[in-house]
Amino acid sequence: MALDQATVARIANLARIKVSEDELQAWASDLSAIISFVEQLDEVNVDGVEPMTGVGDFSLPLRPDVVTDSGYVDAVTGNAPEGAGHFYAVPKVVE
Amino acid sequence: MSKLTDLTITGARAGLDAGEFSARELTEAHIDAMAQHKVLNTFITETPEVALTAADAADKRRAGGQVASPMDGIPIAMKDLFCTADVRTTAGSHILEPFVPPYESTVSAKLKAGGTVMLGKANLDEFAMGSANITSYYGTVTNPWVAGGGDNRQRVPGGSSGGSAAAVAARIAIAATGTDTGGSIRQPASYCGIVGMKPTYGRCSRWGVVAYASSLDQPGPMTRSVEDAATMLQVMAGHDPKDSTSAPYATPDFSEKLKTGVKGLRIGVPKEYRVDGMPGEIDRIWEQGADWLRAQGAEVVEISLLHTKYALPAYYIIALAEASSNLARYDGVRFGLRVPGNDLKEMYENTRAEGFGAEVKRRIMIGTYVLSAGYYDAYYIKAQKVRSLILQDFTSAFEKVDAILTPTAPSAAFALGEKQDDPVAMYLNDVFTVPASMAGLPAISVPGGLSDEGLPLGLHLIAKPFDEVTLFQAAQALEDAAGFEARPAGY
Repeated sequence: MALDQATVARIANLARIKVSEDELQAWASDLSAIISFVEQLDEVNVDGVEPMTGVGDFSLPLRPDVVTDSGYVDAVTGNAPEGAGHFYAVPKVVE
Repeated sequence: MSKLTDLTITGARAGLDAGEFSARELTEAHIDAMAQHKVLNTFITETPEVALTAADAADKRRAGGQVASPMDGIPIAMKDLFCTADVRTTAGSHILEPFVPPYESTVSAKLKAGGTVMLGKANLDEFAMGSANITSYYGTVTNPWVAGGGDNRQRVPGGSSGGSAAAVAARIAIAATGTDTGGSIRQPASYCGIVGMKPTYGRCSRWGVVAYASSLDQPGPMTRSVEDAATMLQVMAGHDPKDSTSAPYATPDFSEKLKTGVKGLRIGVPKEYRVDGMPGEIDRIWEQGADWLRAQGAEVVEISLLHTKYALPAYYIIALAEASSNLARYDGVRFGLRVPGNDLKEMYENTRAEGFGAEVKRRIMIGTYVLSAGYYDAYYIKAQKVRSLILQDFTSAFEKVDAILTPTAPSAAFALGEKQDDPVAMYLNDVFTVPASMAGLPAISVPGGLSDEGLPLGLHLIAKPFDEVTLFQAAQALEDAAGFEARPAGY
């Protein structure tokens, strides 16, 4: 299926990637080529087949609900591009 | 004595143990090689001081009669996808350009505790997304190999672990870490004439490895011999409570059967891998590999992996869906690049538009699309069902054989600039490596010989889950028979 410009704009919005109007057509043909490639899967009969959600036959382990690792706020927030004390700063989100 | 930069892990360890040279001398020789071959662009960040400090510590341990592991004092390259405490980790991306992790990935921590000497952070495709190491924000990596006959075109090293593979091939590092999602260790190993091994999914911890596709990503060793790969995996592997997908199994002795030979082993050759338009030289090296194993007493049988053709399209749905989810974390808030905007949403969009390169955006957008409402079942669930069929093919095959032999890649290293404008043509480089990734199986690429143009070609073996011992056993037999002594001219 070929993706149109409106679909590309919708995906770019969902993915939070700025795509300008004049780039939309190039992205549409680029992404359409990949989508038609993966659509080969339509040839495969998957009736009654369970989807494979992970590798290996062990189940997800549980551990006691206790704190095992904490106490270094400086290290955790140290890479923030903008911060205030031990907080992350973002553009204002409430009026 | 041979040059220090020509030594394997086994050779260097013997020299260190015998006191023929120190870890500092060994490290200095490799730091010199790193400086001399900067043109290859194998490293994003060089850490010679970190290396020398680690080398001195290794020398001190040895002087006291101790070694931390079989790799104590061995200089290695670390793919810049492993978070390294206090050493910048970029994943080849602009968006992580300022990122200095305050923590160490489990695998690099194990190597560090094992006394290895990190020379630097190896270049890679951005977020490990690529098959030619041309998508790195920090520039393309050059393969040290060039074709014969006056064809001096620059060759790609393969990807995504291209810097790791080129550094090992060019004798800058004795070994390197890689990560493999759909072939990112094995394909560059084939293109650069070295050994590259992807363990069973779950064998090595993914904790602290920058995520691409979490159900597929797996760290592994890249070396100049099969024995070295087994030695290095021994240091890297093991259960890690911090990675819930890390396998809770004991680590076997990976070198156990290196000298056993392959007499009596059953090796499968899947007929579906004989794809249309496969170059004659790839077919020939594959036949040659089967002959080598047969001559050493293995039984080579034809098998069928019916859904081989669909592994690559299913991969490009599943891996990209997981990527779109994993890469949602890069939002300009907690770490990495931030590009301002008028509001929060615009800040996200500007940051991600500027921070990601074209291939990463392409993959995030496809992943977003196949997971979006109305398309989820048609693409994502369908691909997961096809993945089940691919696994079933392997499970049935392994009732009849102990390992599977295929070519690693459909060609030798191509010239820089080729396939660059056609994403699908680029994706086809991984056609032989992706099926094992989808099934989570251990696999290895071993140099088999040279192409008609004089470029290396790899042979690929796949084994049962958690049967790396048999994988190395068969790989050693291929290496013994191939006697691959060729090396890139000038290195």
